[in-house]
This record gives sequence, C-alpha cells and structure tokens, in this order.
Amino acid sequence: MYETLILMLDSTVRVATPLIFAALAGLFCERSGVVNIGLEGNLLASAFAGAATASVTGSAFEGVIAGVFVSITMSLLHGFATITHRGDQVVSGMAVNILAAGLTVTLGRYWFDQGGQTPALDGNARFAPLHLPLESSIQNIPVIGPLYSGLLSGHTILEYIAVLAVPVSWWILYRTRFGLRLRAVGESPAAVDTAGISVIRLRYSAIVICGLLAGLGGTYLSMAQTAQFIPNMSAGKGYMALAALVFGKWRPWTTMSACLLFGFLDALAIRLQGVQIAGHAIPVQFIEALPYLLTVFLLAGFIGKAVAPKALGTAYVKERE
Amino acid sequence: MSQQRIPLWINVGLVPLINLLMAFTVSALLFYYININPLEAVQVMWEGAFGNAEGVGFTLYYATGFIFTGLAVAVAYHAGLFNIGGEGQAYVGGLGVGLVCLWLGDKLPLYLLLPLALIAGGLFGAAWAFIPAYLQAKRGSHIVITTIMFNFIASSLMAYLLVDVLKPANTMAPESAVFAEASWLPKIHNLLALVGINMTESPVNISLIWAILCAVFVWVFLWHTRWGYQIRSVGANVHAAGYAGISYSKVTIMAMAISGMLAGFFALNVIQGELHQIKLNYVEGFGFTGIAVALMGRNHPVGVILASLLFGFLYQGGAELSFDYGVDRNIVVVLQGLVILFSGALEHMFKPRLEALYLKITSRQETA
Repeated sequence: MYETLILMLDSTVRVATPLIFAALAGLFCERSGVVNIGLEGNLLASAFAGAATASVTGSAFEGVIAGVFVSITMSLLHGFATITHRGDQVVSGMAVNILAAGLTVTLGRYWFDQGGQTPALDGNARFAPLHLPLESSIQNIPVIGPLYSGLLSGHTILEYIAVLAVPVSWWILYRTRFGLRLRAVGESPAAVDTAGISVIRLRYSAIVICGLLAGLGGTYLSMAQTAQFIPNMSAGKGYMALAALVFGKWRPWTTMSACLLFGFLDALAIRLQGVQIAGHAIPVQFIEALPYLLTVFLLAGFIGKAVAPKALGTAYVKERE
Repeated sequence: MSQQRIPLWINVGLVPLINLLMAFTVSALLFYYININPLEAVQVMWEGAFGNAEGVGFTLYYATGFIFTGLAVAVAYHAGLFNIGGEGQAYVGGLGVGLVCLWLGDKLPLYLLLPLALIAGGLFGAAWAFIPAYLQAKRGSHIVITTIMFNFIASSLMAYLLVDVLKPANTMAPESAVFAEASWLPKIHNLLALVGINMTESPVNISLIWAILCAVFVWVFLWHTRWGYQIRSVGANVHAAGYAGISYSKVTIMAMAISGMLAGFFALNVIQGELHQIKLNYVEGFGFTGIAVALMGRNHPVGVILASLLFGFLYQGGAELSFDYGVDRNIVVVLQGLVILFSGALEHMFKPRLEALYLKITSRQETA
C-alpha cells in the first residue's frame, strides 16, 4: 500500500512538472493582464525545438536553450499581436497553438523524415534522472527509504527546477518591486501608467518570463519525460495548466497544488484502470475529466471563488488628447 | 480627420485581402524552405481542389463542415462571446445525430428521420453550449475557459460512451455500430444522377444545402429579427444594451445555444453523411478552424461561406499536396494558423495604416 502510494506520488510529480512550468508561465502572463491560451503552442513548439536540437547536437543543454528560445519567440509573437497591436488575446493565443501544431509536424517531417517525430534521444542528449546522495544506503530503511529513493530522488533536474520555480515565482511576485508592478499592471494598467511606469515594457517582461517557463515545460516533455518529440505530444497540457492556474486562483503555491492535484488524478486514472468498486468499473474517462469539471465548478463559484486579475484580457490604450 | 468615412470596400475587401496575402506570403516562405516551389504548390492545390469533379466534391464536403462551425463562432461573436467550444459542441452533436440514426435508422423513412436527426444534433450541440452560457450569464464564469474545459469534458464523455456503451460487442475499435443504410444522407452525386447528370463519387451530401440555409437563417435572424438586434446590441455595448432593457443573461444564453446548435449540425455532414457511425475524435479540429473561418468571413454569413470555400480548398488542396510532395498534411494547419494570426490577432496592424493612406489620397484629390 505504502509502496503503491509512493509510486503514485512519483508519477504525480512527473505528470505535474510540465503543468507547473506552464501554469507558472501563464501566471506571470495573466498577472500582467495578458490572457495566454497559447501555452499549449509554447509547450509543443519548445518540446519540438528542444528534441530536434538535442538530437542534432547531442547536447541536452543546447536542446533546452533552443526550446526556451523558440518558446520565448512564440510568446513574443503573442505579445506583439496583443500588446503592440492590441489584437484579441484569445484569437492570438489560438493562432500560436495552431501554428505550433502545424509547424512542428511539417518541419519535423522535413528534417527527420520520421512521420513528424524526432529521432530518439540517448546519452547526453536527454535528461537523465539525478540520484541524490546516499540513495542506495537509505533505500532499505522502512518508510523513509522508499520516500527518499522512490519519491525525492531519481528525478531529472528539470523536475527539481519546476519545484524550485514556485517559491522563486512567489518571491518575485510578492517581494520585489518588479512583482508589485507586474501585479498592479494586471489590475489597473492606467494607475501604473500614471505612476510613470511603462505598461508595455512590464507586459513584455511578463511575456518573456512566460516564454522561458513554458519552454522549460516543453523541453521537459520531449527530453526528460519522453526521449523524443511526438506530434501533438503536449496533448492539452497547456489548457490543463490554464485550468490549474484558474484553480490556483492566480497564486504560485495554490497553482502548484492544483497542478499536483491534476497530476495525482492522472496517476489515479491509470491505477484505476479496470478496478471494480462494488461491481462497477469506474470509468477512467470520468477521472480524466475531473480536473476540467472541478475547474468549471470553481469558476461557477460552487467551490470557492476564483477572482481573475481585473484588467485580464484587455489591451491597454494610452489615453489620447 | 477621423470624422471622414472609410468606404466599406476597404474594411470588407481590402483589409481581409491584405491579411490573407500576408498569411500566404509567410506560408510561401515556408514552402520555399522545404523545397517546394510555392507557385507549383498553389497549382497542385488548385488542381486537386477544383480540377476535377471528385476534388470539387471533397472541397465542398469540407466547406460544409466549416460553414457550420464558422457560423457557430460568428453568431456567438455578435453577442460579444467567444465560443471556443465548437469542437466539443460538434462532438456531442454527433451523439444526438448518431443516437437517432442508431435507434430509428431502419424504422423510419429518411424524410421523417432527417428532421429528427437535425433536431437531435442541434439540441445536443445547443445543450453542450448552454451550460457554459448559463454559467457565464448567471454565475460569472468566463465563457472562454468554460468552453475550453467543456471540449475536454466532451472528449472524455464521448470516449466513455464509445468504449463502454455504444461499441458493438464484436468490434475492438472505439466506435458505434454502422447506421442502417436507409438513414444515410443522400450524396449530391446520387441526386444529380437522378436527373441525368453524371458526377464522380464524392462525399459531398445534402447537408451542404442545409448549411447554406443555415447561413441564410443566421443572416435573417441577426439582422432582421428583434432577437438578432438584441444580440448585436449586447455585442456592441453591454452597458448601453442593459440600459435599453435588453437582458444580458437572456442574450448570452440565446446566442450560445444557437451557436452550439449550429456546431451540432456539423455532425450531419460527417456522421450521417460520410462516416455513418460515431467515431472517436471525428471532429478533428474543425471546431477550432471555425474560429478562423468566422474571422476571415468577418462574422457575416456570406463571408463565412466564402471563407469556408477557402478553407475547403486549403484542406482538399493540402491533401493533394501531401500526396504529391510527401509533405505532411499539417502544412495547411500552418496556413490556418497564419490566417488566424494575420486576420484575427494582427487585424489592427494594417487597418489603421490603410485607412490613413486612403484619407491621405482622398484629401489630396480634394485639395487638387
């Protein structure tokens, strides 16, 4: 039982990692007042760019750099359309998603001729699990042993970065001047503008941070969780991250909890495959749909209230004479 | 200066055309990069989509689907609502059409069955849109997020039904039984054969006629009925409409229900017209593409039909392209993305400049 729990928590962390990255990415973006439903596209594009680069150069590090670079580029495109040209943020996000879906497969097929996949990564081209010190000697101690070696140790560096990114994001948002301004611009851009701070620059900074974090999430998908890019491998994770962000009420720690909850539900769905309770099989699809159902319930105010940043979704127009 | 009127042809003709040209130019660069001559590619696509009767049939078949999902997005848009849930609504609409065909397919003649399938498809789609609409109207949820969530919930629901409920015992694939042949929608080429015109077989069926009728209904509804006026008022200015006594929640629910209904009709074309069974993920992104169609068509029924033809051409031409050049079919998805980017997200990039240019030219003429 305990072993099973550790196994499930372990897979929870694995599933939650890309969600945490993407949700934090969305957090910065949306806190600055820019809706980003293009997270899915960011994940997909960076997963592809990361795996493609790593398979050519043989270096996971270079893969991540390429993935993050592409993700930031996609973000900047979203920023260019929505901040500079005040385009509709939802439409722009959709464009990013659709572009990423089309480009990754087209270029993948042209470059590698493997039906859109990248070659399998091995050796230094992928992220290997890190083994924390003393893992094997602690392994056999009851309770702590499995917890340490099964859950805490054996993850890739990206997973540790994801967990670390949560307090860092919290600190940036709530303890720095930049964070204060960022939050303010999502609530009342006019006030920030009046104070002589550039709304546009703040929003672009948020966009870049968003691209960076989503890029890490994407490269995790193709270079750590799987050692290969597979067409459409983000499979709705960007949207799920958005749900987690709403569920976490646009706050770092609660957003991470929501990601972990969604990850746990995913692990549970796999566990419950074919399990009968009182003669009835639980439909796996129901558990898979739970994160979305929960988010709908939350948004409807049935389980607490999620209050979005006030200026979310609106382009800022400097008043003209 | 801004008092001067910009003529209509700039806004509905020139601006979309330039946006489209931008999208095509960027795609041409991509084609060029992957060693395909863009001009040759256009030729191959054109030949494939319009060069022969079969190609035309496929183009029209795809266009039919886009008319439904495009109209769905357009109607909601006029109320200021962004319906991203067309995918889920079309999927659940397929359940409605499918259940009618499965239960009554061999019991009723088509002229009785078809209205039932129509109503069921529309109702199921509308019901799937009603919940997000209700939650937005009464509980303040955001329609974009809820409709996204409802796409996923629809996907899970349909997967469950197809795997555990509707799948016949003797098959492995997650799909329903094949409908009785009597319930299949007549294909256009069969109808034409009745009056002596021979056309190559193709999947275009009579739901194309229904799609065009729907476009007419949408036009009449939006611009010539009181409800349509209310919808457009709310879309133009929620507060003003509120002061004028128009109920926001009523309009929201009405617009979304109609939107969902139109998306639900999508199932007629694909489920009853072509597949003849409910299959997993049969919508294949047409719900999302409806957004591009509506944007391209400026949310006007005529524009939606034209944009649907364009996207039907891209789809069918893209299939031909992948056949001839061995490129991935998804290259047309890139085109779609670029169309959404330039005609939707970046619509303000060229419009003000073109308007300014126009004013400059006309004022020079006046002073001259």
